[in-house]
Amino acid sequence: MTVTTSYSNTLESTRASLAHIFQQREMLALLVRRDIKARYKDSALGLVWALIRPLTQLMIYYIVIGKFLGAERGIPDFAIYVFTGLTAYGLFQEIVGGGTASIVGNSGLIKKIYLPREVFPLASVGSALFNFCIQLGILLIATIVVGSVPWSLDLFYFIPSVIILVVFGTAFGLLLGAANVYLRDIQYLVEVGLLLMLWASPIVYSWEMVRGIVGHGLLLTIYTDNPITLAVLGFQRAFWTAGHDTVAYPEFLLVRMCIAIVVGVIMLFAFQRVFAKLQGNFAQQL
Amino acid sequence: MRKATEDVVRPEIVRISNVSKRFVMRKDNSLKERLVTMGRMGRRHREDFWALKDLDISIEAGTTVGLIGHNGSGKSTLLKIIGGIIDPTSGAVERRGRIAALLELGAGFHPDLTGRENVYLNASILGLSRATTEERFQDILDFASIGDFIDTQVKFYSSGMYVRLAFAVAVHTDPDLLLVDEVLAVGDEAFQRKCLDKIRAFQKEGRTIILVTHALGQVTELCSRAILLNKGQVEYDGDPRKAVSAFRDILEDRRLSDVAAVQAHSSKPSIPSGQVLGATVHSVDLQVRDGVHPGDDLQIDIRLEHPEGLTEWVCAIQIDNAMGQVVYGTTTKRLGIELPVLSGELDVQFILRDVPFGAGKYFVNVSLMDMEGIHLHDLPQACSFDVPDYPLAVGTVHARPEFSFSA
Repeated sequence: MTVTTSYSNTLESTRASLAHIFQQREMLALLVRRDIKARYKDSALGLVWALIRPLTQLMIYYIVIGKFLGAERGIPDFAIYVFTGLTAYGLFQEIVGGGTASIVGNSGLIKKIYLPREVFPLASVGSALFNFCIQLGILLIATIVVGSVPWSLDLFYFIPSVIILVVFGTAFGLLLGAANVYLRDIQYLVEVGLLLMLWASPIVYSWEMVRGIVGHGLLLTIYTDNPITLAVLGFQRAFWTAGHDTVAYPEFLLVRMCIAIVVGVIMLFAFQRVFAKLQGNFAQQL
Repeated sequence: MRKATEDVVRPEIVRISNVSKRFVMRKDNSLKERLVTMGRMGRRHREDFWALKDLDISIEAGTTVGLIGHNGSGKSTLLKIIGGIIDPTSGAVERRGRIAALLELGAGFHPDLTGRENVYLNASILGLSRATTEERFQDILDFASIGDFIDTQVKFYSSGMYVRLAFAVAVHTDPDLLLVDEVLAVGDEAFQRKCLDKIRAFQKEGRTIILVTHALGQVTELCSRAILLNKGQVEYDGDPRKAVSAFRDILEDRRLSDVAAVQAHSSKPSIPSGQVLGATVHSVDLQVRDGVHPGDDLQIDIRLEHPEGLTEWVCAIQIDNAMGQVVYGTTTKRLGIELPVLSGELDVQFILRDVPFGAGKYFVNVSLMDMEGIHLHDLPQACSFDVPDYPLAVGTVHARPEFSFSA
């Protein structure tokens, strides 16, 4: 038996939201499965499509940027390098993109049934993680094929990197998902923003190249402390063993990542409050 | 405005205190427009609409409450607020227990998933655990009676199958509070009866039901209490029969004012071929407001007009019940009456002897026709009368029931 009342205390209401979401974890799992199942239903290749896109991207970047434009000079195992970055970025992109569309996309449910609305962006996080795992599997196989198995202590960089991506992705997914209800322009804005972010992090070029051009000033600090950059660098540190001795990484990478996680958690908290404030009007705005 | 008399003190399941809901209608929808009209200017592009105003309602467990009111009176908004689907602008809603809202059947269905997958998903959305769903799966399947289609994607379902499956899931989720919005109007008659039976079973189990419906018969039949809403406020709260008759009065007032508005618009009645000017109906020897009782003689006075003179003509009446069904009709042709030339104004009168109408509201339509049956002028719902409630029976026909048995 639950009695719903409004909470005046912010922390208290966040706790209540979390408890609600926790109660619905079984449904969350079903929603994730629905997203994944429904996406590839009735297509002959099914889940293979989840791989074709990143692999095509990889091919374009490897051939056009790496070979034609010569970015692969100074970056050994360029294909692994690019795919590592794309895998990391793909996770963030899918969480934010899916989260933004999730509320409007589930309007049928939201208008008719009460649920903690956070489950819809969270379901996007779930299905994004699923695709991410497949892609990560391909990445690991690829490292084995080229003979540079990432079996070292640096593999632990993987953990803070994924945390950064999920925390920031979820925070923005919640905020933008809620904002998209009121202003549908958001989803187009997000597409553009995500394209921009892809190039604002060292995925198809190296961090060293940026340092070489902007120098050691404030600009480099801003570039480096972009959470996506940090997560991408962490991924490369973990999976791209070819660059361990030859390529420079920013100083105190792990410390920067930890700070980013703290900032991300605070943002997640704040954006969840915003989401909770806005969700009261979802049903009538949709 | 009193609550229905209670013989037992029941726990409250929903308490609505001082709830108001405002909808803001904006006329600027794009980002550009909104930026241009920001701030003070923006307020001119908004219009407030209060769907609900200062409602205080408490609903006890185990009651069946009907929400009635005309379109736009705020019933559905109230139901959504109770269900937590929209938040009130001010005030508080407290509720207890598991709620199942049947606002739209199959709202959670995904067309690309099979019936089975959708049952699990929808049940979990309505708050059932996977283990419990598995346990009840056979019951749900039996209730929906869609057989082997359960493993087909629901996009291939007929609309009837879709609704049956959705209803089956919803009623098997064991809700403490069931919110129903007009969904009983869908499906074929057999299925509707099944739904009503299920609702009765729910009542027997002591569950609480809040029902929004336009079928007033359902309200008097199913509900133990009815709340009549008008313009976002409670107009009447209590006995369903009284609520329904109060509602009929509101509807009649609105209809009359609508008619007046239409007549004001079309000030020039360009009908050269005759006209029904008006009609009144009442029991012989009684006033209009006294109502019509079974066994009365009904008197219908009609005033007709033709500017040039009409030689061969027929006057017809038809009586409809509140659902729009024809319950009675006759014409001067059927009666074999020779009528004089209709020139200028003429008063005519029908007397219907010993009318056996059941309780409810009835409307009289009057038509002026020529001998071929072509309508020269119709005056739909020219007048109306009420037959008071008869506690021993329901329906359009009145008959005194008696019952006996032999051992």
